[in-house]
Amino acid sequence: MTARDLPAADLLPLVSALNADYARAIDDDRLEAWPGFFAEPCVYKITSADNHRRGFEAGVVYADSPGMLSDRVAALRRANVYERQAYRHLVGLPAILGEVEGAVRAETPFLVVRIMRDGTMDLFATGRYLDLLVDHGGALRFRERIVVCDSSRFDTLLAIPL
Amino acid sequence: MTTPAAPRAWPVETLARVPYWVYQDEANYRAELRRIFEGPVWNYVCLESDVARAGDYRTTFLGEMPVIIVRGEDGALHAFENRCAHRGALIALEDAGTAKRFQCVYHAWTYDLEGNLVGVAFEKGSHGRGGMPASFCKAEHGPRKLRTASLCGLVFASLSPDTPPLEAYLGEEVRRRVARVLREPVRVLGRFVQRLPNNWKLYVENVKDTYHASLLHTFFTTFRVTRLTQGGGVVVSEDGGHHASATLDRRDDSEGAAYREQGLRADQDGFGLADPSLLDTVDEIGDGIKLQILTVFPNFVLQQIGNCLAVRQVLPKGAGAMELAWTYFGFADDSPAMHRRRLKQANLVGPAGYVSMEDGCVGGFVQRGTAAAADELSVVNMGGEGAESQETRATEASVRGFWKAYRRHMGY
Repeated sequence: MTARDLPAADLLPLVSALNADYARAIDDDRLEAWPGFFAEPCVYKITSADNHRRGFEAGVVYADSPGMLSDRVAALRRANVYERQAYRHLVGLPAILGEVEGAVRAETPFLVVRIMRDGTMDLFATGRYLDLLVDHGGALRFRERIVVCDSSRFDTLLAIPL
Repeated sequence: MTTPAAPRAWPVETLARVPYWVYQDEANYRAELRRIFEGPVWNYVCLESDVARAGDYRTTFLGEMPVIIVRGEDGALHAFENRCAHRGALIALEDAGTAKRFQCVYHAWTYDLEGNLVGVAFEKGSHGRGGMPASFCKAEHGPRKLRTASLCGLVFASLSPDTPPLEAYLGEEVRRRVARVLREPVRVLGRFVQRLPNNWKLYVENVKDTYHASLLHTFFTTFRVTRLTQGGGVVVSEDGGHHASATLDRRDDSEGAAYREQGLRADQDGFGLADPSLLDTVDEIGDGIKLQILTVFPNFVLQQIGNCLAVRQVLPKGAGAMELAWTYFGFADDSPAMHRRRLKQANLVGPAGYVSMEDGCVGGFVQRGTAAAADELSVVNMGGEGAESQETRATEASVRGFWKAYRRHMGY
């Protein structure tokens, strides 16, 4: 039996647990674990509600392979320059919205606080994850995660993934 | 129109020194809005495709002045201040839309697509009482109108009657480099705004600064996308205000010796991409220029980084803050492969860009670093003291060009 055969009520705790693990990996600065939450192939994109609504396809981050996700982490660790900062994700309850092409469709609201090295805490992003989830090696993984931020405006820079 | 006197005295003659108060001083900032953004310059305001059909409009700013750009019934572009002639409320509230006319929500004063006041609610009063005086003439009231000019699908606006025609303003060399990128109708791929914690000029200088690119943005060098040792150069317009820098396809510099000799952070070997499709660039223009960054004084950037194309609009938001509005684009006839390539390469730029995220914070580092240094001077000496075009990117010529134009506008 695969994830898409499960009734929504059974999927809810599975998707919630995946979201919790995903958020902890990022907030605990275990970014190297982040690509592992995705199936292969996969799509990960950070966009905004306005771009999403208008059908503008470009994201501020766009990856269509786990390799591109690993490259993002490698660049953050070794190449990119930004002040030390961390996120705290608050992830809401997922809504299980049925099945698309063999994947479970879910939508989950999130809120991310950014904590800067000097102690400044800002509400950095709010939005919703539009996900397609599949069984990948016996575990639930993202085939697609479109991060739709409510605002199109980003403060200073976006380094750590949402 | 009278322009206020320059609020301070410029401390030095050379273009190679800049006082830090210029990024902090409130009076200077107010003077910039009047003398530069509302003065004899062409401000980038939108793409022609944003206002393609009659009635299509966009709202934006000339500095901090809210403006509406709209396509008239006659097919011409019109622009006017987004301020009702009655009590000064915004006339249009959305970023974009389509209208037959504009009506202020406050007291329903109405404007046509050219910004003419055509309707005053209860102009004759009610039941013979109230209303506007008989002497009130609608044609004498209205938001200030702007001039517009377009080039290669870009729309510029100016409040001043003294601004030279756009092509003369840009000069032939810069105009040619705009046309090089914008060679056919564009298709917008995305729009994002980046709020930067610094004075607007720190960003404009950063974009013009060809020296920093491969030193601050180590993604470039570690993935060997560009080095200062690569071929290229910078063109500075005669008045100094505009520039275009180019990086040619990589010459053989496989040893990265120049970087290693100087012990630079920007040289870290052995860093490969797990998915190199990101850098799968096609020379779509066919001239071997891999990277071109172009600015038009005071607020416009056109970028070609490989196949990643974007325009950036600089919007000042007080002396210590600004917004950078990004519009990523391709062309209407892009193949699916080229479309996908542009989406991937968009990772290079924007708020999360591999080669631009540092530009989001470095202006703030200067703003904070100079908090107590208003009367100290910044050093802008790479490549000499002049603001002429140079066949190297190890220069700050185009930054000095900015100060040349800035000081002329400001009376410094």
